[in-house]
Amino acid sequence: MIHPSLLQLVIGGFIGVGAGYVGAFMILRRMALVGDALSHVALPGLALALLLNFNPFYGAFATLFIAVIGVWALERKTSLSSETLVGIFFTTALALGILLTPEPELLEALFGDISKVTLSDAYITLPVVLGMIAIVAAISKTLVLGTISKELTQSMGLKVNRVNFLFLLLVALIVALGIKVTGTLLMGALVIIPATAARNISITFSRYAAAAAVFGGLTSIGGIWIAQQYALNPGPMVVLAGGIIFLISLFFKK
Amino acid sequence: MWYTGAMSEQEPILSVNQLSVAFEAHQVLKDVSFEVQPGDVLAIVGPNGAGKSVLFRSLLNLIPFAGVISWAPDARVSYIPQRFSIDQDFPLTVREFFHFKSKNKQDILAALHSVGITNEHHIQHHILNQRVGWLSGGQLQRILIAWSIIDKPDVILLDEPTAGIDVGGEETIYNLIKKLHDERKLTIIMISHDLDIVYRYATNVLCLNKEMVCYGVPVEALDAEALKKMYGEASVYSHPHKHHHSEP
Repeated sequence: MIHPSLLQLVIGGFIGVGAGYVGAFMILRRMALVGDALSHVALPGLALALLLNFNPFYGAFATLFIAVIGVWALERKTSLSSETLVGIFFTTALALGILLTPEPELLEALFGDISKVTLSDAYITLPVVLGMIAIVAAISKTLVLGTISKELTQSMGLKVNRVNFLFLLLVALIVALGIKVTGTLLMGALVIIPATAARNISITFSRYAAAAAVFGGLTSIGGIWIAQQYALNPGPMVVLAGGIIFLISLFFKK
Repeated sequence: MWYTGAMSEQEPILSVNQLSVAFEAHQVLKDVSFEVQPGDVLAIVGPNGAGKSVLFRSLLNLIPFAGVISWAPDARVSYIPQRFSIDQDFPLTVREFFHFKSKNKQDILAALHSVGITNEHHIQHHILNQRVGWLSGGQLQRILIAWSIIDKPDVILLDEPTAGIDVGGEETIYNLIKKLHDERKLTIIMISHDLDIVYRYATNVLCLNKEMVCYGVPVEALDAEALKKMYGEASVYSHPHKHHHSEP
């Protein structure tokens, strides 16, 4: 039997690595705020899962999935500023989620609680994170080139729109997973901070993506470990650990 | 002047017939027809909003259109967009940028040589390991041209190749394009706003203003009538057309 503290560190570490790696692409695509606001959408799904008694991961992913399709459609179909729409719909979803979530679980839903994880969470998390990293690596060429010039990328026969949609789904997936670690309010930090710190210290893309994954893992493991030692709430501690890594990275800025 | 008359017996590398493009109710291109022979340099001119970039997107099959666009079956087409925005701190080196197309070191070096970047030390230390975002406008354009020829295309589409480049740099880029055309027997289709460049470098010109205003050899096609249809009455008297008798 795995010790609960170790299980927390392993699951948290995997989620951190996945969030850091996916976050690296989100930062390049200027999706930082979308990722942050998107995490709030998970709350109503989480609340429904708690009320109806099924795994919160599926509830969170279901509402995130709907939100992602919404964002994707809005980006393609309207000239409205998606930032504004995201701001309106996602805070509304958060408010709805807060009202729906049973009082005793509210704090956990908002700020996460990795101490509740079980072995079955490991069976979901580990393969999902590994598969996700493999998919993102496979579509990285289209993601990166598509960020620089969509038309150039399309002219090479690469399916930019399809890849963008797939990427949004993966963002929803990692956010749904990460809610266990940092909760719906702070999940944005786990995708934004490691990647931003990695950007400070990298000239090449390969180093940037790798550093983001490593920083994500360190952020998550470091925060959870400190929280375990001093009996603190792990979610905010993880975000603080990320902030410290970011500050250190500033001294090595390229 | 590059004489292409002898080639007219050949199959065209591109033929466009009755091309029309509309976005919702808004007609952007109407009944455009022309042919491009292998080795031609076709310049596309016209005012802002004339549909030049839309024509390119149709040629690349990126947008829906009416009419027929047919490329020669074995034609390999490369495209250099006008808008290529990359932040200074975008973590991507020139080497990694090339690797999106080819990981073969010899191919990369050959392409760089073709655009006049030949110094081995310079290539290793100041080009390949540089961030793409750190390149100057002129350098970036050279790298883009090198990037576009790495997989040995037959045709290159260039959208305003010298936008955002200073006057001296413009000259260099056009000479470079001419050199590639001569050395590699490339077919060039380029959008340009500079009529002076069109007279000097193009074998054919296509004037657009939503519909086709003129098409042919520049000295014949770009007459007062065509200019008036594109740029309005005043242009006929004031457009900066210089003759270059110094050309060899």
